[in-house]
Amino acid sequence: MQPTEIYERIKEKFEDAIVEFKPDAITEPYLEVKPDRIKDICEFLRDEPELAFDYLMCLSGVDYANGTLGVVYHIYSMKHAHRFVLKVKVPVENPVVKSVESVWKSANWHEREAYDMFGIIFEGHPDLRRILMPYDWPEGSYPLRKDFQVPEFYNGMKVPY
Amino acid sequence: MGLLDKRFENENIVITTVEDVLNWARLSSLWMMQFGLACCAIEMMAASASHFDIMRFGIIPRSSPRQADLMIVAGTVTLKMASRVKRLYEQMPDPKYVISMGSCANCGGPYWEHGYHVLKGVDRVIPVDVYVPGCPPRPEALLEGIIKLREKIRRESIVKKKLPPVYVEEK
Amino acid sequence: MATYEITTRSIRGDLKTDTMILNMGPQHPSTHGVLRLELVVDGEIIVDVIPHIGYLHRCFEKHAEQMTNYQQVIPYTDRMDYVAAMGNELAYVLAVEKLMGLEVPERVQYIRVIMAELQRIASHLLAIGTYGLDLGAFTPFLWCFREREKILDMFEITCGARLLYNYIWIGGVSHDLPSEFGKKLKDFLKTFPKALKEINDLLTFNKIFIDRTANVGVLPADVAINYGCSGPMLRGSGVKFDLRKNEPYLVYDRFEFDIPVGEGKMGTVGDCWDRYYVRVREMEESLKIIEQAWEQIPAGDVHSAIPRKVRPPQGEVYFRTENPRGEIGFYIISDGHSSSPFRVKARAPSFVNLSVLPEISKGYMIADLVAILGSVDIVLGEVDR
Repeated sequence: MQPTEIYERIKEKFEDAIVEFKPDAITEPYLEVKPDRIKDICEFLRDEPELAFDYLMCLSGVDYANGTLGVVYHIYSMKHAHRFVLKVKVPVENPVVKSVESVWKSANWHEREAYDMFGIIFEGHPDLRRILMPYDWPEGSYPLRKDFQVPEFYNGMKVPY
Repeated sequence: MGLLDKRFENENIVITTVEDVLNWARLSSLWMMQFGLACCAIEMMAASASHFDIMRFGIIPRSSPRQADLMIVAGTVTLKMASRVKRLYEQMPDPKYVISMGSCANCGGPYWEHGYHVLKGVDRVIPVDVYVPGCPPRPEALLEGIIKLREKIRRESIVKKKLPPVYVEEK
Repeated sequence: MATYEITTRSIRGDLKTDTMILNMGPQHPSTHGVLRLELVVDGEIIVDVIPHIGYLHRCFEKHAEQMTNYQQVIPYTDRMDYVAAMGNELAYVLAVEKLMGLEVPERVQYIRVIMAELQRIASHLLAIGTYGLDLGAFTPFLWCFREREKILDMFEITCGARLLYNYIWIGGVSHDLPSEFGKKLKDFLKTFPKALKEINDLLTFNKIFIDRTANVGVLPADVAINYGCSGPMLRGSGVKFDLRKNEPYLVYDRFEFDIPVGEGKMGTVGDCWDRYYVRVREMEESLKIIEQAWEQIPAGDVHSAIPRKVRPPQGEVYFRTENPRGEIGFYIISDGHSSSPFRVKARAPSFVNLSVLPEISKGYMIADLVAILGSVDIVLGEVDR
């Protein structure tokens, strides 16, 4: 199925959750949805037999450098061999997104990494804690944000060169 | 060779110094602790395989730090790992030696500028004897580092301090 | 599921035992790198496994944003999966070329295919050698490394490096194949099947090896797809999915080769022996691809399409290729006017494959956990990036 057809199927059921659809983006069209409806849309995409998106390829956090953070979902269907891109944008003061861990289990570690690197809080995640950085890395210091400052010392070790 | 003055010719007597014998024993059987962290670990494994064969120098890999006297830090040391490196170093019994292999362990390597989680050189937490540069160093370079460490051990001395001067009273 | 029962009563009556937490720490001879596994065990039987990663987090994504241009990111992608470095470079370069819409000459594509398949054989040799070493067999390790040295020799005469190459550039490759490459490749293609047969006779069909790996760590196919597994983990569970056939890139659609899947020959479908045997058979298929590619390779200039300035238009791309460990994908956002990427996200196969470990190791013994971890075949450089 083509991305525009998939968009039509989503629009039939979730008209109010859609923010924007860009069919002519480089290199793939994407659909931007509201952060609190993403879980319902993903469940629909996985359970509908003609769409059957059962494989989450990648889930990435992004810092758009203008006060918004975002999450990008790339999904794929093994049965029908089509793919789709979903996006979510949240403000940096209140970065809360519904978690899709109950839909695809591979999102568990991906969402923990997005929380660790960007500070995006995933509501409904069973175990949201840091995964790559040490557990006593200071709260509020998220490394991949654009305004991140490298700390001078960590546990007595000098961090910069 | 220079370590032993007299060989076993017609008598079973060898004349040497205590320092020479101890140093010779230590350098000929350096048991290493398997501590591969990153890419340099693959070159360390290739050095222990049959093409480059580190075992002919007497170096056997041991898994436990309590049974080893050489630690080859092969790979990047991160801030999360640094406290464990220090703990493993303290668990090794004396005399112990450290070879820092690869540029990440020497000085932070290619991650020196923007690495917020990389320790810029393992010598910030433990003392290092020999540095082997390269990214990753070839197995022959690691063998050269080990040979240099052996020469350093050969020059070691039991007597560490100068003896205090002795006053003889004039009569 | 597991064949051992978890009991909390002793033989004599109502003695209730407690579970114990055992730490397989970052320094361990069998964890393939710095991985910390916290095991909750009841005697010798595992109740739960909690992996702790991040001991090799080298800030790849931050470096990719701060480098001065796209080409400088390529050595950092090398160091992610350091055992199969050509695969990472290939995925990143193909992603950038798709974003820019760049066409490369045919000779470049054939050279990239040959290098990627040679790298696949080298990586599987290391996986098989260390897997035997984990289970106690020392000789296959030495034989596999002997064969690996021949491949690394071929890489060295082409680009000068043994392990981390910086060979595949945006728009081409850094050096053309030298004149001795053909002779070395032909010798390798003649001697490798014999060496593979020796390793098979010694390890693959060995009764002790089969007893230790069959029916251990069974991964059902739907669990594998839900957890996002890829590569030999997915194919070992019976799912016939390979990106070289399903979403062909480069010139893979011109070659004839087969996709091996796990059939449960020695035990259940999806156990450790199946995943291991998929890797052995993939090496044979890679040999076929290299033979066909070497016959068909055209002449040409490998530097003709390398651009002076790499400045992709504003947009984003997600491109995935088949690495020896699974599907590696790069998600690159470019903002159109700067010469360095805005965001690069590396989707590493071992990161996703490792998340399924707690699911498949419940109920087995601690010694089986070593076998399961070896069959997942992780490289910590790409788990932590």
